[in-house]
Order: sequence, then C-alpha cells, then structure tokens
Amino acid sequence: MVNPMMVLDKVELRRGGRVIVGPISLGLRDAGVTMAMGPNGAGKTTLLRALHGLERVSSGQIRWAESAEALRARQAFVFQTPILMRRSVLDSIAYPLRLKGVSRGEARERAAACAETVGLRVRLKKDASTLSGGEKQKMALARALITEPALLFLDEPSANLDGRSTREIEEILTHIRAGGTRIVMSTHDIGQARRLADEVVFLHDGRLVEQASSAAFFDAPQSNQAYAYLQGDIVI
Amino acid sequence: MNDILQGLARAAKLVVTLNADLVEITLLSLQVSLGAAVIGSAIGLPLGAWLAINRFPARRMVIALLNALMGLPPVVVGLFVYVLFSRSGPLGVLGLLFTPTAMVIAQVIIITPIIASVAHQAIRELWADYHDLLISLETTHSQRIATLLWDGRRALMTASLAGFGRGIGEVGAIMIVGGNIDHATRVLTTAIALETGKGEFDMALALGFVLIGLAIAVNLTLHMLSRTERGSRW
Repeated sequence: MVNPMMVLDKVELRRGGRVIVGPISLGLRDAGVTMAMGPNGAGKTTLLRALHGLERVSSGQIRWAESAEALRARQAFVFQTPILMRRSVLDSIAYPLRLKGVSRGEARERAAACAETVGLRVRLKKDASTLSGGEKQKMALARALITEPALLFLDEPSANLDGRSTREIEEILTHIRAGGTRIVMSTHDIGQARRLADEVVFLHDGRLVEQASSAAFFDAPQSNQAYAYLQGDIVI
Repeated sequence: MNDILQGLARAAKLVVTLNADLVEITLLSLQVSLGAAVIGSAIGLPLGAWLAINRFPARRMVIALLNALMGLPPVVVGLFVYVLFSRSGPLGVLGLLFTPTAMVIAQVIIITPIIASVAHQAIRELWADYHDLLISLETTHSQRIATLLWDGRRALMTASLAGFGRGIGEVGAIMIVGGNIDHATRVLTTAIALETGKGEFDMALALGFVLIGLAIAVNLTLHMLSRTERGSRW
C-alpha cells in the first residue's frame, strides 16, 4: 500500500455479548472509491459506522495514517435512511455550515447552490419531511457535501431509489471522486459496484472475506462466497 | 344557577367598564405567572434537553424525581419559600416576603419540574431521530441542545404553556408568600378565595370567568404568534 489512509487491526465490535463484526484487519488507501459489499447482515453498515467513528470498537484498533489528517478532519456520512430535520429543505442542507459559524444568509446561499449541484429541484422553502424518497436522499447528500468533505461515507445511498435517481446520484459521486474526494460506501447493487468501485471489500457474516481491486474482484473472485454472490446465488 | 348567571353578568360588566381593581389584579396575575413561566422555561427546557441527551448513573433517579415533583403541593412550596424569606429566615434580609417577586419564586419552583418533564419527553424522541446525524457532524454539547430546543420548539411551547397553566390557576403558594394584600400582591386566584370567603359569590364567579378567559387568551395568542396548528406545520 503506497499511501495508506487508515489501518484496521483485528477490529471487533460486540453488542450484547454477540460479535457483530470482526475480527477484521485491513488497510485503506487514501484515494478512490472503496465499496463494501456482501449480503444483508454481513456488517457493511456497522463497518462504515465504525470507520466514521459512530460505533464503539470493542477490541482491536483503527489507526489513521499521519498523512491522512486532512481526510480524518473532514468526513461526512450519508445514512441509508436519510435523517430528516424538522426544518425546511434549505435550512436542513445549510445546517452543517451553521454549526461551523457561517452566517445564516451565506449558509442559505451556499445550500441553494449545493441543492442545484445534486440536482434537487424542489421548492427549497418547503419542509424536508414533504420530499419524496429520492429527493430526501439527494437532500441528505447535499447536506453531506456542503462542507466539502475530503472523505465521504455513504451507506447504500441508492437503496429504494428508481433507476433515474440512482443514475443521478452515481453521476454526482463520479464527479466528486474526480474532484479528489475519497469515497467509502456500501451497496447491494452489483451493477453500481462495477460502475463506481476502485476497490471492493467483501464481507460475509461480519468477517472480511476478500479485499481486491475492482477489476480483480469482478473478473476472478477468490472466495466461494464472493463468487456465488456475483453469480446471483443466494449467499446466507 | 342564579349565582352563575349573576356572576357572568357581573364579569361582563367588570370587563366592559375596565374596572380599575380588576385590571390591576389581572395584570398582576399575568405578570407573576408569565414571569414564572418564562423563568421556569429558561431553566426547565434546557434541563429537559440535557436529561434527554446525557447518560449518567443517577439519570433514572433524577427523571423519577422530576416526575414526582410535578405533583408538588403548592401549599408546601409556599410554606418553604415563606420560611426561607421570612424575617428570621436565611434569606430574610432581602425583604422579599409579601412581594410579587416572592410569588414568582414560589411559582417557578412549582412549574419548573412540569416544564422540564414535558420537555424531556419531547426532546427524547427528537434526539432518537437526530442522534446519528448530530454525532456524525461532531456537534458540541451546547450545539446539540440548541438544535433540539429549536427543532422541538412547537412541542416545547406546550411544555411552557402547561407550566403557565399550572401557575395562573395556582392559589396555595402565592396566598402564603404574597399574603393577598390589596393593591400589592392580590391576584385573581387569591381574590376569588377572598370573595368566596366573604360570601360574595357573584364577584368570585366573575373573577373566575375572567381567569378562565385570560388563560384561553394567552394560549391563543401564543399559538397565533408561533403559527402552530396551521396547515402542515409541526
């Protein structure tokens, strides 16, 4: 690994005496798109949350490279189910800026521009709760992007979205990746993983089964589980 | 029945003619209970929010205590404040006994637990919704409380109004610490108690109707100002 971002050393997460994820050891580079894949309950969400610092690690450790300080300081997370604030769409997107002390006027201006970037074309004054599923996801994406994160986590950003919304979100992700943003995301959608991933982390039953470059993973998966998963078999 | 009708008629007459005594005691009622509601909210709302987002060993004890304090008997609170501020009491030098300030203090003690308890309930649900987002955005403690108070403001207004409602109708505590002194500490509830004692039922009833009308007016005004219960707003 030439430029490591972070290293996981025998990381394990237990809840109520049960091991949910781990032990996992892996290293992540400081550029590109890493895709966490695997069946339901494989631990994708938990792993992403642990990397972002939302989950307490029970044993092992997550070490950040010193050179990756910029990534560590500027992270954002897009949740699978968008978290709706009891605010207007505009103020929801502007919220992270307001936390950083940006004035209301400027924050709203930048929020409107950000909504435009992600293709959220709705009346921005309306309540966030009145948005459709795809619009909510775009609002959450805009809220994550408004602080211009260097490292962006997305947990199945296009689950429950139709083809068109999925394509729009993928275009945005491709665009910000080209702008140098490091992306770590999870998906169920094999097609999406092929389109976006530079590297795949395949999880099964809370354990790391395979970590490989996208090309290698899709051409010749090394593990039986990954092979079966890519074939479309049901992997339990 | 006759008393009630006479009371209504007299209430109407008192209000229409803007009877000077009525205006005075009504304004003092408003001043004391609104003052207590404002101070109680300033303490109770952040306290409720703080309890909702923090985990500490005695948390359940504190919440149980808070809920129990909602039923605090006003007479006992009045007695407590009286002893505290009486000449020989620890705070006697302040000379606050039998003043509106002492009445506000007594009411703050009575209504703060109500406001904090209702606020805690409302904020707890909002915190469950917001938790991951606010942690992810690395909000500070005070930013979390500010966000939850602001986004939960409509539910919190109910908490403040519940506190105000308890204060404006309360008689036991303000009677003891205020003393129901004419032109000084007489408010609607203590005046009603006095008139009833004198056997002036129509006057007592008239004041009662004014009191109910006042409570409704304050609630309606606040709802109108904050534009709740309209359209799709929260």
